[in-house]
Amino acid sequence: MQTMVDLQTISELYKIMLKIRLTEEKVAEIYPSDKIQSPIHLSIGQEAVAAGVCMALGPENKIFSTYRSHGIFVAKGGDLRLMFAELYGKETGCAGGKGGSMHLLAPEVGFLGSSAIVASTIPLATGNALASDYQDRKWVSTAFFGDGALGEGVFYESLNFAILKNLPVLYICENNGLAVHSRVEDRHHNSDLYRYGERLGVTGSRHDGDDVLTVYTVTKNAIKDILLGGPPILLEFTTCRWSEHVGPGTDHDEMYRDQDKVSQALANDPINRIQKVLQTQFEITDGQLSTWRNNIVDEINQAVIFAEESSFPSPEDLYQGVFMKQDI
Amino acid sequence: MFINYGQALQNALDQAMEQDPNVIAMGIGVDDHKAIFGSTMGLVQKYGAKRVFDTPLAEAAMTGVAIGAALGGLKPVHIHIRVDFLYLALDQLLNLAAKWHYMFGMQGHLPFVVRAVIGRSWGQGAQHSQSLQSFFMHVPGIKLVMPTTPYDAKGLLLAAIADPNPVVMIEHRLLYYIEDEVPEKPFTMKLGPAVIRRHGKDVTIVANSYMVVEALTAAKFLEEQKIDVEIVDPVCLAPLDAETILTSVQKTGRLLVVDTSWVCCGASSEIAALVAEKAHDALHAPIRRLGTQPVSCPVSKPLEEEFYPNAHNIVEVVYSMLGKKWENQKIPSLTTPFKGPF
Repeated sequence: MQTMVDLQTISELYKIMLKIRLTEEKVAEIYPSDKIQSPIHLSIGQEAVAAGVCMALGPENKIFSTYRSHGIFVAKGGDLRLMFAELYGKETGCAGGKGGSMHLLAPEVGFLGSSAIVASTIPLATGNALASDYQDRKWVSTAFFGDGALGEGVFYESLNFAILKNLPVLYICENNGLAVHSRVEDRHHNSDLYRYGERLGVTGSRHDGDDVLTVYTVTKNAIKDILLGGPPILLEFTTCRWSEHVGPGTDHDEMYRDQDKVSQALANDPINRIQKVLQTQFEITDGQLSTWRNNIVDEINQAVIFAEESSFPSPEDLYQGVFMKQDI
Repeated sequence: MFINYGQALQNALDQAMEQDPNVIAMGIGVDDHKAIFGSTMGLVQKYGAKRVFDTPLAEAAMTGVAIGAALGGLKPVHIHIRVDFLYLALDQLLNLAAKWHYMFGMQGHLPFVVRAVIGRSWGQGAQHSQSLQSFFMHVPGIKLVMPTTPYDAKGLLLAAIADPNPVVMIEHRLLYYIEDEVPEKPFTMKLGPAVIRRHGKDVTIVANSYMVVEALTAAKFLEEQKIDVEIVDPVCLAPLDAETILTSVQKTGRLLVVDTSWVCCGASSEIAALVAEKAHDALHAPIRRLGTQPVSCPVSKPLEEEFYPNAHNIVEVVYSMLGKKWENQKIPSLTTPFKGPF
């Protein structure tokens, strides 16, 4: 898609994607040390979706997400130190060490929470949009979910309610074609996921989720339409999960994988694609690129040091927070 | 004012909505002419369709909608005409709402209330009669209240709406007929303390919801036989007021728990275990429990009557706990005004 995205935005998108990639690689590198004692679901290969959508949303619009949220946390502008501390189970983590990798959040930048139950945050984004609508459509609420979520009933229930009430909600289906080790075509008679809301009245469209400029532009337009009073929108972004479902490695040779799809995805690295745009259309130099990269590497290293140096919660913290204390 | 349970709930919700523009009421049938047995009567006319609205038949997603709305600054009251429908919403209630504040390191704020009504009598059958309190007692993070009187209904609903946590309120269809003096002005009861419905010295009966009515009937009969029971109504089952229960058992030395639900892994199990662990030395007799029979609720009247515990059963058990011989006297049975269709 030809877009009129300015250099500054493209540079930011590139930096976010690179930051996600390098962050995930750092997580994978640390993982065998057992310093991260919790399951990790990496999003290497899917960076363009998180970067494009979250950059378009900015911090003022809200998101709810899934257990595969490291990239979304980074893209929404969460503090990387708090994310690493959370993965380490430290008290300084974004959830005080109680959530871990699957339950990231950064409410200060509109990332309200993530759940390990597939599809379960789709109604939350819908309800949050109800609250926005109640306050004169102050913000757009966004649900991130994978293709697996379309097997769950709450997806349909939520879309039905959202269109009924014309709520300012954006549904982002991050379609990597896999639910754990099951292909979408083995789970759904109809693989046109973007059309699943049609009969309910929710318009959807499918786009190349590895082309960050497309993701950004399509999302930006959707947000604009919704904030002007338009109906909820479903966007399907196709992408490829380079990593195994859970864990630090890859499993490209396993039987469930579509070999052609994997090779194509690896050959069309979404980060390389946008890097080429920067180099050829905007003449960004190698020197500039490596400065950006070095800054990101520094930030990641600082975040890891922060996590390592932070303390674990105390045993008494186990009992804190079952209920919010009432201030009356 | 002298009003019934449903009117007290309506009055509480009305006052909460008047005080706070962020309170909304949602659920199947909340804005129809029957208005959930009168408990939402007139609210849509007064506050409009944006604040009082019917929902699609989608308990799971609509519960998530309430959670998401609470995270966006609203205070939803999500109403279900039958508790049984909450099974459809358990993923949202127990996997999300109950865990949110804790799992996210005390961030996020979920001020929302779920109201649900236990059906009973007039052939409600297996899927319109259940009481799911034990589910919400088992999983940490949800407060669970069961108002018995119109006074409780108002005081607990206003407290539940003001509470920053998810609160499930389980009401009872048969209690909707009970009338009581209720203060006109808004007031809140604390979510926690039990209410002693009757002071006595011989046996502690911990009863909840409609079982309090049966226990009071039994107590009246027992009084004539010179048996003096104490009735403790937990009102709030999570968190549970252990202290009041234990203090009562320390005094009487005997405990009978009467719950609206099954005894297996139920509220009665938890209360019995509490006393067995913490007041064992005070006990003069084994702890006893009464609940619904371990079958699904049948429709046929004689079977239905056998299914539910009643004042008669309570009297029998109290007699046996005191080692007294039961002469099978006639106990005046409770007559309820409840008649169908719903």
